[in-house]
Amino acid sequence: MTLNRRNFLGTGAFAAATLAAPMVRAASHGKPKVVVVGGGAGGATAARYIAKDSNGEIDVTLIEPTRMYYTCFFSNLYIGGFRELSSIGHSYGKLASEYGINVVHDWAIGVDRDAKTVSLAGGAKVPYDRLILSPGIDFVDGAVPGWDLSTQTKMPHAYKAGTQSELLKDQIMAMPEGGTYVMVAPPNPYRCPPGPYERVSMVAHVLKETNPTAKILIADPKDKFSKQALFEEGWQKHYGGMIERLGPDFGGGNVSVNADTMEVNIDGEIVKADVCNVIPAQKAGAICDAAALTEGNWAPVDGHNMQSRMDENIYILGDSSNQGDMPKSGYSANSQAKVAAMAVRGSLTGSRVFPAKYSNTCWSLIATDDGVKVGASYEPTDEKIASVSSFVSQTGEDADMRKRTYEESIGWYAGITSDMFG
Amino acid sequence: MKTRIFAILLALAPPGATLAQEDAQLIGDAERGEQLFRQCSGCHQIGPGAENRAGPHLNGIFGRRAGSIEGFDYSKGLERAFQDNMVWNIQRLNLYLENPRSLVSGTRMAFRGLKKQQDRDDVLAYLRSYTASPQDIPESAPTARKREVDLPPEVLEIVGDRDYGEYLASECVTCHQTSGMDEGIPSITRWYPEDFVIAMHAYKQKMRPHPVMQMMAGRLSDEEIAALAAYFADLEE
Ligand SMILES: Cc1cc2nc3c(=O)[nH]c(=O)nc-3n(C[C@H](O)[C@H](O)[C@H](O)COP(=O)(O)OP(=O)(O)OC[C@H]3O[C@@H](n4cnc5c(N)ncnc54)[C@H](O)[C@@H]3O)c2cc1C
Repeated sequence: MTLNRRNFLGTGAFAAATLAAPMVRAASHGKPKVVVVGGGAGGATAARYIAKDSNGEIDVTLIEPTRMYYTCFFSNLYIGGFRELSSIGHSYGKLASEYGINVVHDWAIGVDRDAKTVSLAGGAKVPYDRLILSPGIDFVDGAVPGWDLSTQTKMPHAYKAGTQSELLKDQIMAMPEGGTYVMVAPPNPYRCPPGPYERVSMVAHVLKETNPTAKILIADPKDKFSKQALFEEGWQKHYGGMIERLGPDFGGGNVSVNADTMEVNIDGEIVKADVCNVIPAQKAGAICDAAALTEGNWAPVDGHNMQSRMDENIYILGDSSNQGDMPKSGYSANSQAKVAAMAVRGSLTGSRVFPAKYSNTCWSLIATDDGVKVGASYEPTDEKIASVSSFVSQTGEDADMRKRTYEESIGWYAGITSDMFG
Repeated sequence: MKTRIFAILLALAPPGATLAQEDAQLIGDAERGEQLFRQCSGCHQIGPGAENRAGPHLNGIFGRRAGSIEGFDYSKGLERAFQDNMVWNIQRLNLYLENPRSLVSGTRMAFRGLKKQQDRDDVLAYLRSYTASPQDIPESAPTARKREVDLPPEVLEIVGDRDYGEYLASECVTCHQTSGMDEGIPSITRWYPEDFVIAMHAYKQKMRPHPVMQMMAGRLSDEEIAALAAYFADLEE
């Protein structure tokens, strides 16, 4: 489609709706209020863009319990010894001081969609004209029998970064010589499709250096996984004989664990683990359920603007959303946040709204200077966000290209984190 | 090219200039420097007809006072260097090429730097060939860049919608930094709009190889590319 000024605004049902209802005023007759729940890849970006682009016309409140956000992206590189934990921690200082966002460190525990308020664990009720939810993931109860949040210290998931990443790394470093690291991989759909396999690469990298006779075992419920050929080629090349993966054919989908004995039961066979990294099945952040915005495990949204299909005043970003073809990644959440920020501003202040475009690229590190990537671009249809074109690194690429790919990922990390936090 | 310039220098050299000729030859391999200079050519032009783009043209750079080109909008850092009467000599250019910000803090030249001395020498040799005597040599090859892709004039003439460019750019700045930092991912701020348009079309036509950029550019219309070019052209840090 060729775009010009005439048809920017005419495309899609949403743009029409925006034109029909501009300049909404807050119930309090003050500035319109946007509340964002979750200060991660989706929420921090959305809050920043709305505050930055609305020139003070919109009040933005960001609700986020933690003072320091540790990115899951690059947390595997921390495990592999390529990054310090402190280098993946980001504070909300600039969002408050430079962008005038009201950052509230608390948990959102409920949403009253009629009264349009969010209630916080601390007791406050925060009113909104538009609400953006980007709470990331929670785990499906009972997904891995024997595992629940009370066992996450013994069998860390490290699928939310920070303390969990530190814990997992400490356990890996303390493995006995020749010990066994077991990963219980999640079923689709889950946060960061290549994440578990990048992690295996990084664990192999440290073990090769510190404990070369150690073994890695993956119990995987999926037939195939993201960048499989690239990872398998890399494992063969760098970590020959160290990594074994049991797919569903070999019982990889039938797993239970016992955190007291550190045993993993894979389809009837007991494996004794020195480190057991359980990444359970996932669902939308619990606040989405609490607000009755989910269908099954995820929260359905309109791909034109990330608006909840159940409430036109609420937008849901990132991992929690059921949007279509985009993977659950930080890049996707950031991309969706910009579309939502534009739509929210348009609906509150009548600012220009352009058609949505989305993209994603996920880089993974396999070994020192050996980076690979996969990506795609997306456009909304009435049913979903649909993939329109994609690319993936090739097997057998030369070392120079792999090194450049890794360097690119470092540039991307710097880019996306400044896009989130200013 | 190196040998030719050296030969011509010899022919033109006044008596007693042997030392200077040797120095000139010793700088590096200008032909290789020309290849390396491609990294710079997104922002800098050199050679006959060279104009200021995101960076000033580099003709006559040896011996030029820093920040001295009339009409070019220098960064505060280079304005300071001008006030300090800094002159570009080989040592300073060498340092600047290694890490622009270590020589001129606050420069807009967000270039990661050439870490290898050999690379810097070769680029310096290339730059040198457009300063002082070599620039007067008629045989000196013209080096004004050729366009990578041929675009119809109406595509180059589209005036980009900057607001739309700002929205579209939000997709670029997931990776490219608005500060113009150039690490792992190149800087795209303050490009001369035509260069930006040509580069994006070169990706779109798959003349440039990078898959992410081919994908990104691939779905942009001519108007959208022009809008992005308009936005990034005057983006301030
Ligand atoms: C090991 C690993 C590697 C990864 N690598 C990459 C990568 O290389 N590239 C990439 O693009 N993506 C990567 N990802 C995925 C990426 O981290 C997520 O997809 C992304 O963070 C999702 O963004 P989000 O905004 O949905 O959630 P998050 O970034 O998780 O943000 C959610 C925020 O909401 C807060 N929150 C939750 N509930 C509440 C509540 N009730 N009240 C208030 N606040 C709340 C949380 O504290 C959190 O800060 C990786 C993930 C993992 C686990």
